Amino acid sequence: MSRSALRWSLGLVLLGLVLVFVPVNLTDYGLPYPGLKRYGTYIMTLWLVTAVAAMGVNLIVGYSGQETLAQAAFLGIGAYTTALLTKAGIPFGLAFAASGLLAFVVGILLGIPALRVQKHYLAFVTLAFAVMAWLVFRNEQWLTGGVMGLSGIKRPVVFGINTRPFLTFYWFVLAVTAILTFCMWWMLRSPWGRAFTALRENPVRAESLGIDVRLYKLLTFAIGSAYGGFAGALYAPLVEFIDPSPFALSQSFLYLLMVVVGGAGSFLGPFVGAAIAVLLPEWLRFTETYYLLIYAFLVMLLMAFCPGGIVALVLRLKAALLPKAGKVQP
Amino acid sequence: MAEILQLVIAGLATGAIYALAAIGFTLLWQTSQTINFAQGEFVMLPAFFALVAMNWFGWPFWLSCLVAILVSVLLLGMVFKVIVVDPMLKQGVLPLVISTIALGLLLREGAKDFYSAEAQPFPYIFPDRQVSVLGVQLSLSQIGVLLIALAVIAALQLFLSRTRTGRQMQATAQNPTVARILGVPVERMILYTFIINAALAAMASLLISPIYLAKFSNGEHLGLAAFVAAIVGGFNQVRGAIAGGLLVGVIDNLAAAYVSTGYRQSVPLILLVLFILFRPQGLLGRREERAV
Repeated sequence: MSRSALRWSLGLVLLGLVLVFVPVNLTDYGLPYPGLKRYGTYIMTLWLVTAVAAMGVNLIVGYSGQETLAQAAFLGIGAYTTALLTKAGIPFGLAFAASGLLAFVVGILLGIPALRVQKHYLAFVTLAFAVMAWLVFRNEQWLTGGVMGLSGIKRPVVFGINTRPFLTFYWFVLAVTAILTFCMWWMLRSPWGRAFTALRENPVRAESLGIDVRLYKLLTFAIGSAYGGFAGALYAPLVEFIDPSPFALSQSFLYLLMVVVGGAGSFLGPFVGAAIAVLLPEWLRFTETYYLLIYAFLVMLLMAFCPGGIVALVLRLKAALLPKAGKVQP
Repeated sequence: MAEILQLVIAGLATGAIYALAAIGFTLLWQTSQTINFAQGEFVMLPAFFALVAMNWFGWPFWLSCLVAILVSVLLLGMVFKVIVVDPMLKQGVLPLVISTIALGLLLREGAKDFYSAEAQPFPYIFPDRQVSVLGVQLSLSQIGVLLIALAVIAALQLFLSRTRTGRQMQATAQNPTVARILGVPVERMILYTFIINAALAAMASLLISPIYLAKFSNGEHLGLAAFVAAIVGGFNQVRGAIAGGLLVGVIDNLAAAYVSTGYRQSVPLILLVLFILFRPQGLLGRREERAV
């Protein structure tokens, strides 16, 4: 194993350990760390769920250079599918798969007309779809409960373990997120995934090299949307009650914003962006209603000075502070 | 029949207002490749400028309207171009799209936090009276709105096609590189486009706010109507944006009367999807060629 691969795997193991133990109270084991309470753990879980949806947006926006304004609607499709199926007694695993599959199929159906034409039309089609999906969630009371929503969504039992306790559910979501992250990483590293980047950089040239541009764009959009569906399937049992508001158009805008804020086209971007989107409202709680105002202002500043997002900003700072970092290490 | 006619006239009135917003949207896209996702908020905000002038400073209505247009031209035209768009153009399309989305959020939240979260009544420019013509009830206000909007559009068309500056703006929109070679001051033409967009948005705002009331969240509906109008009309045509605006306005009003309230919002969106499916170049647009 090469040195850098060794460093990478060590880093990953460390990161995994930190994520597993962050909410745990370690004082019983003689360590001065009180862990996170119920609310803190909930925020961590919400971060993971948001990051899954953001990974999907990043695939669409960052790796294939399109714009989606409907990720919250796909989250809604996943959340309502999982809620309805599990309430009907179908096991969570099947409901989870069905959520992703439904989002994937809807993504294909939306993508076919949008990708036949000009560049920004996917943005407009998804914009229209986001509004229509929200109308369906709100109006079809017999199915979705309308504005009253659906309550009593149960957390799943996995391999005989009930994930009802908040800590167990956090670990469950962490495991699922890890699997989905690995799938995304593997997909992007495969020759198939590398074509995405070619496509973003120069679609016409990629086409002349024999890449079926439209098929690729369609599949990236559908897979990215399926990640939205998966995130929704995790979101429903997390909050245990869903209504149409978290799936509105304005929320879809926020998913797009968070991915670009984190760093579109960078693998870590969605995680950073999701952390900002989930944690910033907590940190800025003292500003009360001005929070979104401040957030929007910060986004505009970031776009003006560092359009690569926070990941690029950190890399740039690192390069400025440690100009010889690359040379010191052999 | 009379009822349908009434709805169509009301629809043409709101449609002409949508057309104002859609024209600005199209012009910005043509001259500077800016997709302004804050366009709805640009139409929402000027009414609040007028409300501030009236209610905080106690100025008369006509002066407040004038001030609202001037402030819009300054803030939503010049400042928007210099501070938001210019630094972004070299960064590519996505950062600019994101920035306009954030700007929309900023304006919406700003109107809510600094003025009011409640819908504000806004005075009618024309008396809100009904007259009966051949058994059809017509609202004077709607006819006034329609006439003003059409007059503004006609003036803009004349300006674009008959004056030297207007032709230079068209040249800039069609091919900035060639325009520059021919000695057109491209940068200034782009600035004019932003100013015209802001003025059109301000007009739309003053005309629509008596009907919809001034509310911070109006931008979502207005922005969607402008997008749909622009695309249905043909993304690269000012005439198309007018046709698209009128069509969306009429369909919107008919839907309000004949489709359940729950789904009335979706009708213009279905129109949009149908157009993208079957006539992506829009009503009056031409197909765009792709560049390598």
